[in-house]
Amino acid sequence: MKIAKDQSPDIQEIVSGSTAELLRQLVAHLRQNRTDLREEWARRITQAKLLTAMNDAEIFAEATSVYDNYVEALETGTFEALQAYARNLSERIIPRGVQTDEVVGIVLLLRDVLARSLFAKYQADFNLLNRILDAYEPAANRIANTVAVGFVQERERIIRQQQDAIRELSTPVLQVRERLLILPIIGVMDPQRARQLTEQLLRGIRANRARVVVIDITGVAAIDSHVANHLVQTVEASRLLGATVIVTGLSPEIAQTLVNIGVDLGKMNTVGDLQGGIEEAERLLGYKVVPLTETTAQD
Amino acid sequence: MPVPILKQSRYLIATIQSALGDADLLRLRDKLVEKVGIERSKGVIVDVTALDVLDSFASRTVRDLAYTIRLRGAETVIVGIQPDVAFAMVQLGITLEGVATALDLEEGLAYLDENTRHGHRAF
Repeated sequence: MKIAKDQSPDIQEIVSGSTAELLRQLVAHLRQNRTDLREEWARRITQAKLLTAMNDAEIFAEATSVYDNYVEALETGTFEALQAYARNLSERIIPRGVQTDEVVGIVLLLRDVLARSLFAKYQADFNLLNRILDAYEPAANRIANTVAVGFVQERERIIRQQQDAIRELSTPVLQVRERLLILPIIGVMDPQRARQLTEQLLRGIRANRARVVVIDITGVAAIDSHVANHLVQTVEASRLLGATVIVTGLSPEIAQTLVNIGVDLGKMNTVGDLQGGIEEAERLLGYKVVPLTETTAQD
Repeated sequence: MPVPILKQSRYLIATIQSALGDADLLRLRDKLVEKVGIERSKGVIVDVTALDVLDSFASRTVRDLAYTIRLRGAETVIVGIQPDVAFAMVQLGITLEGVATALDLEEGLAYLDENTRHGHRAF
């Protein structure tokens, strides 16, 4: 190891020093050997095939920033700056597909690289090495912890954000004609989403003064009794607001489920597909769709 | 607090202004059933926009009112049930079965126009 070359002459000075003094010594050592250690670290990252989503130059740039923040956290004992940096770094690398194990891996690698340089430097004095490691390890562990937790938190934040976005996107209430709303439901129906959907629909009925609503569940793969009952409740609540609900696109499986769990189908107005549902809705509203050629022929 | 009952051509309109006690509700029912005959009305609108709760007793009274008025030869529409109220009602199993509902007063009038136009008159 090339970092092991320089033997510090001031070992004797710190034999009797406190933990703080030891840490100061440590930080000075890390500052002094910044270039070598940093390169060694970047080399080890590439070797271990971590951060494969990034090129060598990028890895080196990030490694430099992490290294400096790492040393600073060791020196000051405050983790806010490192935390902020970890969040910022996570924000940048998560979209590129960097995994949790990679981030934990590189932090542990840095810990390893630095520890080895300490072994090399203080190998002559086992007692001192022990005390140096006593000072270094807790701080290093806390740093690794901070970075990993920062990364995971950032990921969870993104996941939550996307869940919200999906939830919002997947239940649009659309007006197709005056007084006619369509609610296409796609994906998995859970009780929470079913409830939210009902609220959105009832509000939509009021806002658009809808008289007929077509709920299309072609995109729903399966339904359980809880959600089925919720669907019936939605139909009934819509009726209390003066709107008729037509349910379309029931798959054979869902139809079987509804019959098996004994949902009262008398209250449900069902039509095979969305087209049929809209045609039925238009009939209820008194519309008649006629091909253009027919109307001109009559004129 | 008594509920005012307005006569609008062939219809009667009762607008509930605030939460009603059970006695008030029964009084409203009796008054409407009686007035339908006196005014020879073809339709009745009960506006519940101001209510933020419709409990089981109120719902049953409203349903009975609609059935009774039908026997007296007129149609009843309940208008203005709030989205939250509607959802709470169905969760309690109250669905006002067999009673016409409409979004608001305007829709209620349109419904009555549609459904009483061809209806046979008493005389």
